[in-house]
Amino acid sequence: MAKTIAPNNVAKSNRKWITGYSIIGLLLFITYQFLLPWEGLPLGIYDAIYRWMPPSAINESLVYIIMALGLNIVVGYAGLLDLGYVAFWAIGGYCAGWFMSEFFYFLNINFLGSVPAEAPGIHINFWMVLLIGGFVCAVFGILIGAPTLRLKSDYLALVTLGFGEIIPQVFFNGENFFGYNISNGTKGIVGVDSIPVGVKNLGPFDFGWKLLIFLLLTAVMVFISLRLRRGRLGRAWLAIREDELAASMMGVPLMRTKLSAYAVGAFAGGLGGVAFATHVNGVYAERFNFTISIFLLAMVVLGGMGNVWGVILGAFILSWVNGNGLTAFGQLYNEQFGTEIDFASFTFLLFGLVLIFMMLFKREGLLPESRLKLMLHEDELDQIDASSKSGDK
Amino acid sequence: MSNILEANDISVQFGGLLAVNNVNFNIPKKSIVSLIGPNGAGKTTFFNVLTGLYKPSAGNIVYDGRDITDLAPHKIAEIGIARTFQNIRLFGLMTAQENLLVAMHSHLKSGITATILRTSKQRKEEREAEERAQEILDFAGVGKWTYEFARNLSYGDQRRLEVARALALNPKVLLLDEPTAGMNPQESQIFIDFVRKLIAERDVSVMLIEHDMKVVMSVSQRVTVLDQGEKIAEGSPDEIKSNPRVIEAYLGKPKGSK
Repeated sequence: MAKTIAPNNVAKSNRKWITGYSIIGLLLFITYQFLLPWEGLPLGIYDAIYRWMPPSAINESLVYIIMALGLNIVVGYAGLLDLGYVAFWAIGGYCAGWFMSEFFYFLNINFLGSVPAEAPGIHINFWMVLLIGGFVCAVFGILIGAPTLRLKSDYLALVTLGFGEIIPQVFFNGENFFGYNISNGTKGIVGVDSIPVGVKNLGPFDFGWKLLIFLLLTAVMVFISLRLRRGRLGRAWLAIREDELAASMMGVPLMRTKLSAYAVGAFAGGLGGVAFATHVNGVYAERFNFTISIFLLAMVVLGGMGNVWGVILGAFILSWVNGNGLTAFGQLYNEQFGTEIDFASFTFLLFGLVLIFMMLFKREGLLPESRLKLMLHEDELDQIDASSKSGDK
Repeated sequence: MSNILEANDISVQFGGLLAVNNVNFNIPKKSIVSLIGPNGAGKTTFFNVLTGLYKPSAGNIVYDGRDITDLAPHKIAEIGIARTFQNIRLFGLMTAQENLLVAMHSHLKSGITATILRTSKQRKEEREAEERAQEILDFAGVGKWTYEFARNLSYGDQRRLEVARALALNPKVLLLDEPTAGMNPQESQIFIDFVRKLIAERDVSVMLIEHDMKVVMSVSQRVTVLDQGEKIAEGSPDEIKSNPRVIEAYLGKPKGSK
């Protein structure tokens, strides 16, 4: 079983995926921006799109994809189990809430914001808040990682679990955080600034244009993932995933390398948080709960750890089923058979079953990374090896 | 100073067990020295101390005039002490080339931003690293497996690849832990020739842990014998062969003697 990874031309393979990605993105954009509002569109198609894939659902899926790609760097590349990823999502979300709304009404800071200069609160340009959210999360990733990454995998998972509970709780009860209101508590921060794109400002209902922006962010994450994977750092992550001790004996600084995986992953969480805040036009503490961490992890595992395309597929499928697919299917089923089953309530039962069957029959995920597939099917491959060798003789 | 590495009065204690007891050991420049002893004598423990995996409970290690006793393992690797493992520990699901590039990690400079942007400097660095990796792979005789997963290589080739990976660190001291274990006599002979070539062509000293006496006696300039954590003999291969304490450690005391 000789499997060879050929030295493919990096520039060429990059051009290939960027082309394909752009075509699909453009088609989606045209569908949602121009086709859907078009009055000549047959009612049947209009209804079908709204039932199966409404504009808000696809945007939400993209937010999940961005974060799943970040988690993939931590879990898929470096092999560190993180059960508290939702914390970064929350921090990113609140960065948007703090710097792009009237939340700090007693201040008046406006930096290229999309609101009039005299509006109260901090209003920083969306694109900068993206970066701020990303970097704040990266810093938190390092702060959390520094004391905990020395732990072996199971213990690390438990600590991240705790972290993922603490941060959302802080925001949930953040109305009085040592005397300061940092989150409006359960009421949440309602209304964030629209996204300035030069010619106009994108409000909460400009789904088509926002789709384009989210597609762009996803592409940036894919790009970062692929580039890092092929570089010096990506190799070190993989080496740590394979054999931590041997990696350190070969001069790879374990702490720094793991921390950088954490920081890059957290950065993506921050991007996702800011994007999500603009998507739902606000920040609501009760959205950031533990199930999201598990949900994101399931996306990475379902799609195929370590392979960005697999992760995108997994994230898309799961977020679609959760957000819209199952409800739409239930509607159709109930209409057809005259029943009144609440399909949406079976979401997590379905996910549980899917994961069980995955682990039984397709452990490496839908679109696995070639290496992982080899590792998980070691016994079977060895059998094939043995039989083919005996056949040679 | 003619010694590249000096370990002075090293002791390692695990709970109540004294695994290495007050051992002095040095490696002269451009030499091959061997460490032998029965199973459980503390040879691999001593290796692990030299590479920073264990910290000695007493004693210090000086490499190239610098005290490295308290350095982290990856630092020790970076400044030039490389090793292989008793049971091969390659990165199995990485190609031979990638295995070597990982070892070059500490000598490459590109950070996150440079890698994402693929700056011309980063591209040049990667290209040069790949060329150097190929050179070392060719030198170690596994040049045709550049893009093959390490786990797919034959046993002998994996051993050679592990040495190649260690060489990619550009070490001045190479520690080989039972490199010919599981090899047949022909393979061992090829390996001996390879180690000799290594010393002849590169500025490197080799320290060997080995059970195969034929290999030890034919290749080493000096042999040190450990037994139950203590150094019981040191000298040229011929001296060691006839040393009564060594024979006793390996074969036991002759019948009737006290």
